[in-house]
Amino acid sequence: MTSPVFDRIADIIAENSEVPREKITPEAHVINDLGIDSLDFLDIVFAIDKEFGIKVPVEAWTQEVNAGKAPAEQYFVMGNLAQRIEELVAAKGAA
Amino acid sequence: MRLEYFQMVDRVLALEDETITVASFVPNESPVFEGHFPGHPILPGVLMVETMAQTGGWLLMALSGFTTMPFLLKVAEAKFRGFVTPGTELTVTSRRTHDGSGYAVTEARIEAGGKRVADAEINFRLMPFPAPELEAAMRGNAKRIGLPGFC
Repeated sequence: MTSPVFDRIADIIAENSEVPREKITPEAHVINDLGIDSLDFLDIVFAIDKEFGIKVPVEAWTQEVNAGKAPAEQYFVMGNLAQRIEELVAAKGAA
Repeated sequence: MRLEYFQMVDRVLALEDETITVASFVPNESPVFEGHFPGHPILPGVLMVETMAQTGGWLLMALSGFTTMPFLLKVAEAKFRGFVTPGTELTVTSRRTHDGSGYAVTEARIEAGGKRVADAEINFRLMPFPAPELEAAMRGNAKRIGLPGFC
């Protein structure tokens, strides 16, 4: 059972890449498993920004991962990515 | 415009909020027109895209206070609505429509004589300047075109 946010993100990825929708599972790593390149990923982020009215902090996430402060899986495995988006949407609603 | 040097923007006319307007003067003569096309010289569409991209680039550099360099990421919905001939004065406008994390989305248009001749949605990746020489060159060019804050 996946969340509506997960399903919408998966739809967006399928619409903005050549990845078949059925391959986009909560366990899939966006880059390692789905093979999304940086251009497609920014297209996907743009679509997510628009869809949810948020600004996905990709730069901060990448810096955290590169500095060893967070594992890449925390942000780039689909289930976790959906959770991060849900947190951003909730934070926006609370602001 | 110095087409052979990819210098497409001549002067900043206005920079307000999230929008920049610049002037570009298409030269009367250029080797570009010898090939594009013999007997029918017109500004190539790819150079119109480049002109819109550079206009958006100046906007984004101004908005970031020259902390990042915009690199062309994506051109979408580019339309070329009329021929641009040598000697034409162009007015180019770019507006930031989305300020993302490490990227930005703009909408640009080119007008000649008050008539729209091209438009496109152009996305940029925003990165730290990869070389001090590049930043120095861009700052020099910003001064040349009269970018507010760099005159």
